[in-house]
Amino acid sequence: MKAAVIVFPGSNCDRDCKVAIERSTGAQVEMVWHGDTALPAGLDLIVLPGGFSYGDYLRCGAMAALSPVMSEVRAAADRGVATVGICNGFQVLCEMGMLPGALLRNEKLKYVCKAVDLEVTNSQTRFTAGYQGRRQATMTVGNGEGNFFADDETLDRLEGEGQVVFRYLNNPNGSARDIAGIVNKAGNVLGLMPHPDRAFEPELGSADGAILFQSALASA
Amino acid sequence: MRAKVHVFLKPGVLDVQGKAVEQALHGLGWGGVEHVRVGKTIEFDLQSGDKAAAEAEVKAMCEKLLANTVIESYRVELA
Repeated sequence: MKAAVIVFPGSNCDRDCKVAIERSTGAQVEMVWHGDTALPAGLDLIVLPGGFSYGDYLRCGAMAALSPVMSEVRAAADRGVATVGICNGFQVLCEMGMLPGALLRNEKLKYVCKAVDLEVTNSQTRFTAGYQGRRQATMTVGNGEGNFFADDETLDRLEGEGQVVFRYLNNPNGSARDIAGIVNKAGNVLGLMPHPDRAFEPELGSADGAILFQSALASA
Repeated sequence: MRAKVHVFLKPGVLDVQGKAVEQALHGLGWGGVEHVRVGKTIEFDLQSGDKAAAEAEVKAMCEKLLANTVIESYRVELA
């Protein structure tokens, strides 16, 4: 099992992701600099970590979306490699158009940093298969622009196609239809605002995030 | 040629920053203020003699980077 974490200038959860993946799955994790023009061979999982890539300049994730390595990430995802964007990583995936919608400023203008209870809306995805039999998961959010937005037609489609993967039980940021995480149509690209990398051991308050990494790498 | 790009959230998209500014203006006594939107202006010089070509180029920049057209609309001024 082999995973890569993409590191942008301003990423601050990159090492958390590495430790979280290693401890929850035993996978080998390589750190890949955003300026690289190639990904390591034989990847089973690519993670875009949380943080403030490029200082959130212009729009969150806008600059990171244009990083050299991201065209390789897009190509790998097109080939079916499991790809997860967490928090800022989710913003990057939306900016790239790899996931629909966008993340707006939180409804109450506040940076929200707390544990949130999530509904596992779809446990049939390759990222959530391990949640089968459980309806809920607890992870931590830390975002100022985590308010998921898409037009009604897109939201209807996401719901109809089972692309809504996680919902907030108590919406912390105004996200449309309480959406906390979505997958692409092919089901191999996941974006979510809550941090599984901050919830992979009981000592962190929850180990529910470990299940996500384990599920993502289960087929590897 | 100097280009000015104005980027705003689309009308249907909630502008929480605009709302907060509006409430602050109300608090200062300007009760007649409505529909505040907060956007951004991006200015730059462009080496181009042809206005139509420059406009097409700046529009391409907006679509590719300067605006996220899922949530934002933009207006280009050239002078």
